[in-house]
Amino acid sequence: MAADTVTRRSPLAHLAGRLARATRQSGGALRLAELPYLAQINVRLDPKGPAAEAVRLALGLPLPTEPGTCVRGGGRTVLWLGPDEWLVVGPDGTAGDLEARLRAAIGDEPGAVTDVSAQRTTLLVSGPAARDLLAHGCSLDLHPRAFGPGRCAQSTLARAQVVLVARDQPRSGFWVLVRSSFADYLAEWLLDAATEHVTVPE
Amino acid sequence: MLLIPCPWCGPRDEAEFHYGGQAHVPYPDDPAALTDEQWARYLFFRDNPKGPHAERWSHAAGCRRWFNAVRDTATNELLAVYRVGEARPDHGPGAAPRSAAPRRGARDDSLGRAPEGTVGAARAAVGDPAADRRTAVVEPVERPAVRQPFRLPTGGRIHRDQPLRFRFDGVEYQGYRGDTLASALLANGVHQLASSVRLGRPRGIFSAGSEEPTAVVQIEEPFPEPMLPATTVELHDGLVARSLPGQGRLAGEPDPARYDAMHTHCDVLVVGAGPAGLAAAASAARGGARVVLADERPELGGSLLGSAQLLDWAADIGAELAARDEVRVLRRTTVFGYYDDNHLLAVERRTNHLGDAAPAHISRERVWRIRARQVVLATGAHERSIAFADNDRPGIMLADAARTHLNRHAVLPGRRAVVFTTGDSAYAAALDLAAAGVHIAAIADARPAPGGAAERAARAGIEVLTGHAVTGTAGEGRVSSVTVRALRDGQPTGPDREFAADLLLVSGGWNPAVHLFSQAGGRLRYDTAIGAFTPDVCRQAVRVAGAARGVFDLTGCLADGAEAGKGAAEEEGYAVAEPLPLPSVPEADEPVAPAQPLWLVPGRNGSATHFVDLQRDVTVADLTRATGAGLTSVEHLKRYTTAGTAHDQGKTSGVLTSGVVAHLLGVDMGALGTTTYRAPYTPVGFATLAGRDRGALHDPVRVTALHDWHVRRGAVFENVGQWKRPWYYPSGEEDMAAAVARECRAAREGVAFMDASTLGKIDVQGPDAGVFLDRLYTNMMSTLKVGMIRYGVMCRADGMVFDDGTVIRLANDRFLVTTTTGNAAAVLDWMEEWSQTEWPELRVRCTSVTEQWATVALVGPRSREVLSELAPQLAVSAADFPFMSWRDTQVAGIPARVCRISFSGELAYEINVSPWHAQALWEALSATGEPLGITPYGTETMHVLRAEKGYPIVGQDTDGTVTPQDMGMDWVVSKKKSDFVGKRSHSRVDTARTDRKHLVGLLPEDPSVLLPEGGQLVERDRLPEPPVPMLGHVTSSYRSATLGRTFALALVRGGRQRVGQRLYVPVGEELVPVTVANPVFYDPEGARRDGS
Repeated sequence: MAADTVTRRSPLAHLAGRLARATRQSGGALRLAELPYLAQINVRLDPKGPAAEAVRLALGLPLPTEPGTCVRGGGRTVLWLGPDEWLVVGPDGTAGDLEARLRAAIGDEPGAVTDVSAQRTTLLVSGPAARDLLAHGCSLDLHPRAFGPGRCAQSTLARAQVVLVARDQPRSGFWVLVRSSFADYLAEWLLDAATEHVTVPE
Repeated sequence: MLLIPCPWCGPRDEAEFHYGGQAHVPYPDDPAALTDEQWARYLFFRDNPKGPHAERWSHAAGCRRWFNAVRDTATNELLAVYRVGEARPDHGPGAAPRSAAPRRGARDDSLGRAPEGTVGAARAAVGDPAADRRTAVVEPVERPAVRQPFRLPTGGRIHRDQPLRFRFDGVEYQGYRGDTLASALLANGVHQLASSVRLGRPRGIFSAGSEEPTAVVQIEEPFPEPMLPATTVELHDGLVARSLPGQGRLAGEPDPARYDAMHTHCDVLVVGAGPAGLAAAASAARGGARVVLADERPELGGSLLGSAQLLDWAADIGAELAARDEVRVLRRTTVFGYYDDNHLLAVERRTNHLGDAAPAHISRERVWRIRARQVVLATGAHERSIAFADNDRPGIMLADAARTHLNRHAVLPGRRAVVFTTGDSAYAAALDLAAAGVHIAAIADARPAPGGAAERAARAGIEVLTGHAVTGTAGEGRVSSVTVRALRDGQPTGPDREFAADLLLVSGGWNPAVHLFSQAGGRLRYDTAIGAFTPDVCRQAVRVAGAARGVFDLTGCLADGAEAGKGAAEEEGYAVAEPLPLPSVPEADEPVAPAQPLWLVPGRNGSATHFVDLQRDVTVADLTRATGAGLTSVEHLKRYTTAGTAHDQGKTSGVLTSGVVAHLLGVDMGALGTTTYRAPYTPVGFATLAGRDRGALHDPVRVTALHDWHVRRGAVFENVGQWKRPWYYPSGEEDMAAAVARECRAAREGVAFMDASTLGKIDVQGPDAGVFLDRLYTNMMSTLKVGMIRYGVMCRADGMVFDDGTVIRLANDRFLVTTTTGNAAAVLDWMEEWSQTEWPELRVRCTSVTEQWATVALVGPRSREVLSELAPQLAVSAADFPFMSWRDTQVAGIPARVCRISFSGELAYEINVSPWHAQALWEALSATGEPLGITPYGTETMHVLRAEKGYPIVGQDTDGTVTPQDMGMDWVVSKKKSDFVGKRSHSRVDTARTDRKHLVGLLPEDPSVLLPEGGQLVERDRLPEPPVPMLGHVTSSYRSATLGRTFALALVRGGRQRVGQRLYVPVGEELVPVTVANPVFYDPEGARRDGS
């Protein structure tokens, strides 16, 4: 595609240096980074209809029906967003193929497949202090007893709506998916919150 | 904050939800068949019951599902939630209130309430090693060279190896780490810290904690803070404070400190780390529960710190709790508010005590937002005073406060003391002070036969006057003598006995600290045995333990706490295998005889110096005046006299006030009740509450993918909702008018471009998408051909314009809808509400794609040249690419969707690309258009261009009272469709009137006069007497470079019939004449749309 030759720019590209510095200065307590350009496809369909089964076959993953859960496999993560809504997240560059595959799977069944890869960007928030950092602005209980691997949630962090995803290893932190227009605000908010964890001044 | 149980996501904070009004009000099957009255009933009439009410809610910040809930409108309790389409379920009456007491068997009676009133603390010094040490101490020698003449050389919880220097009222003093400002001042013999707010009377240190009513000081350094109780200010090096004549002063400069907030969740929250709280926390923690323990003091131990009992036990429990992963111990943390669903707020003072040494990157104070499954309140009790003449002098102190200053801070609050008590606890204070060298001149005990404690005091050589009361005091600045008389039937009798004393200890009994329990919605009941209000029942999952529920013996407090902690953990499913082993307390240290409430000691000369509220200067005389005026409710008396309204919220005075009022009215105290307890328990600074939500983080700033370019180009920004949009791009020294004129000229005469990415975008898919849009838009969308675009207007059911935008048809079953910038979320919500609740049979799904696309408007007669060069594959002629169509192509090598739409009347395109490529597109347009003078323009130019064409902006030219017909857009309202949202309202008598306000143009007669937006329109050139009939108002007003004059849009009564008429806009003292005009000022024939 011709676009490959055009410079891409992610919503938090301008903050990459500061996120890296906050990571270094925390002395291992935190890791903050943007995970840009992840493929994200929004899928809406009747979970009891034939389309759900077709999508399961196409993805090799079931669409989770338990609220607030996600499943992983084959480099993809499927997040429950609502009783008839999921977000399929995959590696950079796979959105077009993924969208086409899902659309083909659904066929004439009613449903919606929408490429929303640029709608949100993803922040990695990990490290031993990750939970405390998010707790400054998130009212959900992110304790491993309540929000371990396999959990995801839509909620608010600070004053932005986010999708939170517990990473697949226990205590390995979170993905924070945030609308691109709010990303700068949220990253600044996280960087400010990380001030307390500066133990290695540069 | 209320927890709302989303039927899918589970309980979430109410802030994540939108309220949708009454449920089960279905959209009528055939609105056209209804009379105006029936339709109005559907539109405007809703139930408003007190009690259960079925409502619609949307989990807006979560799964975006609409659902129904039954909420009790009186208690806010959510009785049931259920999905749309389900019938309203039967629901119970809500949670039954439950007792605050630990639920246990027969032990309750044996351990429950001790027969008399002292806080959970042992009394006598006998057998206490610490006390033995103290008895060995001789009275300290006053050496002038050594400051702190009232400081003991040993003992206490202070660090003598860490001396601290501080200033008070300009004098430098020394104290120690571990002191409060109050204790350090007492150590230096300073008793008067303030003068009273109304009467200017000298006031001293009355307590040793956060209940302090009088010792309120102004902190000057390290940072100015007004009105802090000196008893809660931890001493640090360099502290500068001064006394206050009643009122403090806010800082004039910005506070440099950081403040923040933190959410936390736990199985069991224990409030208070005294004996009951420590036992509760340890019990719950041993069962494996997640525990938060919060205490306002710097050290754990609570009342034990003041009584110097079981300090090793407290330290051991503290160490055990600190070592547990699932326990969070918050010291210096005051739980100040108890809200719905066990949501409690606390403030942690993290670095205040470090003074200048506080690290700048650590927040000074932190608000904790605690969501607890179970709460144990172990908040202790406050000692209270007695109303007698001149009971407010410095040197008059609550008895237990004196004991605390002695045992915790090794400070003697005086040399020679009189004690006035109604219970046993003051004897412990007297004996501790006597052991430390204070001469106890006499103990006046109002009880005729006090019992064992009195006998022990007598054995220690103290004169105990049973059945006596203090009737007055004397002294200049500080108490110097105390008068005691016998008491018979509540009346002083017999001769005066005067004692020289520089300290008067008062104990009028103990009030359980029921504040948080009451805030939780708990009911209180009056306990005649202790003369105080105790917790009764509460709907929330809360237990009260120890002195907070009137258990005043230490053994009882420990057992009560352990039981409460165990019960709370077990209720959350944790097995607490073994009961917590508890230390034993010598029987002699426990209070024995019952306290006897005494409110008032009548004086010889009225009651004008019988103070009840020391901070507000409220006396028994004031209360007498109030009851004499006919006031009989404590709430009315509070507001009439201001008793209990100060910073301390009447912690030491509230029950006393009620007692005196009950006495004056001759009513039962229980029937009289107390005033309502409200958050915050202690004052919390605004800076603390604001936390990090200030400056740039106060509210989210939304930016587009092109924001950096706009900044670099020097754009001036405008806030549109949370978005920052370029307003205009000044060049050199240009002012706004010049910049906008230049940008407009470029768009009308050459080529210009604008970042339009903020428009809302919604992808609507499904076989019924066309039908769905037909029902929501006033015009027909299902007939739109793939590849084409249609402008549309949405109305609310009341027929008023809600939003507008373009709809493009991507495929037979797929549309892309654009919304106004500010309404993107509301429109999506609106679509979801209709599809989920009213039309679930429609096979349609909506997905927001606002940020999936960056949009650049390319405008002007030469825009086609620029596009053509960058999109060689695209046939750009007007015939190949007609108005209101779209094409997928590549622009500058970037996959793009190009729409031929115009918001300016000029030839124009909207180029949509991935925001990842937005900057590349923008730079390509900029470079390619440069030879043609391509000019970036902002929202102001956009507004001028659209207004010249008479295009309205929803939200600026409309205000929720305007129909499409009012806007002169009858053409956008389908006559063919049988129904759409709002259609029925358009034929209501009121909306069909011909004299409604219409959107029209205005031309000021002086073409240089710019009308103010919001300016009113009147008919005559002279204002009549008010009220002046207003015809409407100016909604948009601009200078037009194209027209060479100013112009405006306005909503005017019967405006279309007034075209050509002269009206007036009052501006200041002037009436500016204007001519009503057709709102399309520019190119009314639409000749410029296709360019040349």
